[in-house]
Amino acid sequence: MSEMTIHLKIWRQARGEAKGRFVDYTVEKVLPEMSFLETLDLLNEELTRQGQQPVEFDSDCREGICGTCGLVIKGTAHGPNPKTTTCEVRMRHFRDGETITVEPFRAGPFPILKDLVVDRTAFDRIQQQGGFVAANVGSAPDGNAVPIPKLDADKAMDAASCIGCGACVAACPNASASLFVSAKISQLSYLPQGGPERGRRALLMIGQMDREGFGDCSNHGECEAVCPKEISIENIARMRREFFKGALGGHDRKAATGD
Amino acid sequence: MSKILDAKIPSGPLADKWDRHEMECPLVAPANRRKFTIIMVGTGLAGGGAAATLGELGYNVLNFCVQDTSRRAHSVAAQGGINASKNYQNDGDSVERLFYDTVKGGDYRSREANVYRLSQLSMGIIDQCVAMGVPFAREYGGTLANRSFGGVQVSRTFYARGQTGQQLLLGVYSALSRQIAAGTVKMFPRHEMLDLVVVDGKARGIVCRDLVTGEMKRYAADAVVLATGGYSPVFYLSTNAVNCSATAIWRAYKRGALFANPCYTQIHPTAIPQLGDYQSKLTLMSESLRNDGRMWVPKAPGDKRRPADIPEGERDYFLERRYPAFGNLVPRDIAARASKVECDAGKGVGNTGFAVYLDFADAIKRLGRDVVADRYGNLFTMYEEIIADDPYHTPMMIYPAPHYTMGGLWVDYNLESTIPGLFVAGEANFSDHGANRLGASALMQGCADGYFVVPRVVAGYLARGGLGKVTTEHDAFGAVEDEVRRRYDALLAVKGSRTVRDFHWDLGRVMWDKVGMDRDKAGLEAAIARIRELREAYWHDVKVPGDAADFNKQLEMAGRVADFLELGELMAMDALAREESCGGHFRAEHHTPEGEARRDDENFMHVAAWEHKGDGQAPARHVEPLVYENIEVKTRSYK
Repeated sequence: MSEMTIHLKIWRQARGEAKGRFVDYTVEKVLPEMSFLETLDLLNEELTRQGQQPVEFDSDCREGICGTCGLVIKGTAHGPNPKTTTCEVRMRHFRDGETITVEPFRAGPFPILKDLVVDRTAFDRIQQQGGFVAANVGSAPDGNAVPIPKLDADKAMDAASCIGCGACVAACPNASASLFVSAKISQLSYLPQGGPERGRRALLMIGQMDREGFGDCSNHGECEAVCPKEISIENIARMRREFFKGALGGHDRKAATGD
Repeated sequence: MSKILDAKIPSGPLADKWDRHEMECPLVAPANRRKFTIIMVGTGLAGGGAAATLGELGYNVLNFCVQDTSRRAHSVAAQGGINASKNYQNDGDSVERLFYDTVKGGDYRSREANVYRLSQLSMGIIDQCVAMGVPFAREYGGTLANRSFGGVQVSRTFYARGQTGQQLLLGVYSALSRQIAAGTVKMFPRHEMLDLVVVDGKARGIVCRDLVTGEMKRYAADAVVLATGGYSPVFYLSTNAVNCSATAIWRAYKRGALFANPCYTQIHPTAIPQLGDYQSKLTLMSESLRNDGRMWVPKAPGDKRRPADIPEGERDYFLERRYPAFGNLVPRDIAARASKVECDAGKGVGNTGFAVYLDFADAIKRLGRDVVADRYGNLFTMYEEIIADDPYHTPMMIYPAPHYTMGGLWVDYNLESTIPGLFVAGEANFSDHGANRLGASALMQGCADGYFVVPRVVAGYLARGGLGKVTTEHDAFGAVEDEVRRRYDALLAVKGSRTVRDFHWDLGRVMWDKVGMDRDKAGLEAAIARIRELREAYWHDVKVPGDAADFNKQLEMAGRVADFLELGELMAMDALAREESCGGHFRAEHHTPEGEARRDDENFMHVAAWEHKGDGQAPARHVEPLVYENIEVKTRSYK
């Protein structure tokens, strides 16, 4: 267990302030088995003792499933390792004496609240536009009444694994939310339960994505590369098909837009 | 004065109680529902499920959570599965058997009527979740798949890979999203409930802190529901998310709600062992791993050879040896304590000696690597990222960790606390798991409370009437808000020398050492004295940076740790008063010659519910006797 010294270049931005800046810090006695967020904890303990303002960042489960944490580490959303969230990044992936830049997930629709904390409620507003099956409690048939082929269930599960962290948006040059939106649209399109609202759902969710100011997809593939849950870009192609089917179906269009 | 509590269990045969009770609950007509406002704190399976369902029914719901969005409530982290007595596997399951297993698993310390209702409602949960698009695992024929979990001999656990909690929670989140769009539910993310407002003896509102601006806010309602989860982070290191706290239920306790069985905590047997002092949490490895993994330690104490170098004959598969009938699938409390016994005898492995092996070599030989990867791949990946070792080749190292709290606010059959109009659901209440929770039962309880029980019982409460109009201008709101403000200003004003984490860490050490898996009188008394010292020191020496009118994570934590420093003492007092061993509560003075827990049904077959009598005053211990009319009370055995 060799202790490391790590230099951090961290984005600091006061609440409500328009302009932020990088501030340099050094953290001593970092152990390789520590997580990246535990290194930030260590820094914050030190800053608190010195009477300085700790660095604000979001985290909760610290095991890669809640989607709360999200930092751009060394220029990559969730850091240099594939298939991991920020809280899963371990310090053994960095060198003693290394300088690491740390930034928030940057995107127009994700305003910075303070330091490394951003507001991702735009995702919630997209989900509210049809990202569900309208099935009231009490109306469900037996769970085995409708058999679902294992392959379809597995594909739905692959898409449903999205944790809503927003790394796809932060990595995209267009700040597109296409991977996030397509994951939900795909999940429900693979399942018979999602069928009745398919077209309407695609039109409404994509419409809200546009209104929130997210860009469109131009097939860079950066989203898929940083996604901690390996959500496939194929979902975006599927989303487009769902959208066109919805737009061509007059019934769905009327339900979604009223015209 | 000790009171005998009335759980208001409906009369009649066990199997008919809930149906009859539903019929007897008065209703609110559809057009009148929007006139009622319900505050729901928490957006997990219980809180979010209840908020969405009440919204569907037409009530006006205000839903609060500390997370940045409701989709991150800690239900999201549950891995293994959800139980339901569907008997899809034709292996003899039934409502009766799930009821029996759950009461036995809880070591005969849970309430029969509640557990039976839970067992009945379990089937509807699966149906509802499938209808909402939850992608449960399926067989090639298209039917739902099941697996087995600890403490039972049937396969009744439904799952979505190792992410069942996530998928169920996303179902809740989507139902909530729909109601938010419909205007029935209003969501308040990044809002922390800091106190309860009681007007004329009834729960009528809450005071919250907006975690972005720091602003204190008041909300009034006709009923308040707390579904804020458990309090495992009182141990500092636990498998819970770092923002899990007792604050909402603790504040309600201090306003008059009784706190039941605070000492009943679940130490989960299979977490990644602690590696160092820097750690912020422990990572759970799902109980489902014990379906195929075999737990062992070297037979000889102090054997530091690599696991591969220890021949078969020199290994002790201690669960298989001690519990041949259930083997590696004994309940959590039994497996956790058995691991501790081996480590305390010097047979623990790894650098610290506080770990045992969970070995998949036989499973890989029997099933092939692909099948094992399909079942547990995501868990193996998590393990490898943290420990930098490959569990396909080297056995996992695991050790018990605080995971779930069976204790919580006392509620009657209607999930109503001792404060009228204050309901408590999910892990935040105490009602269904007795002294030990079986695997895959937490998700079941969360969904049952959320989708089915809360909507019915809260409607019954509202329909009975007698609720005058109360607004946030009422004096009671002002008084509570002033108290909250003073409390947080006081924390900032200490300007001492030690951080919030320093104190939380110290508290966690005391709780783990003396109020953990093995408790005795001297240790508990020492713990109480030490916690009082820590609490005293906290209010004189804590250092909280920044100010109240800002985004301030350290201040949030400071408030939560202040509450843990009070709750920890009550847990130790409860453990001290309960002179028996049952489930997760193991008193060193009370065990059988084989080292198993020894209950004292004559003196302790009851719920202990504590009443706050004022700061610095001893709380009062009340009891609710537990009556078993439908189940034969036995010594729990998994041998």
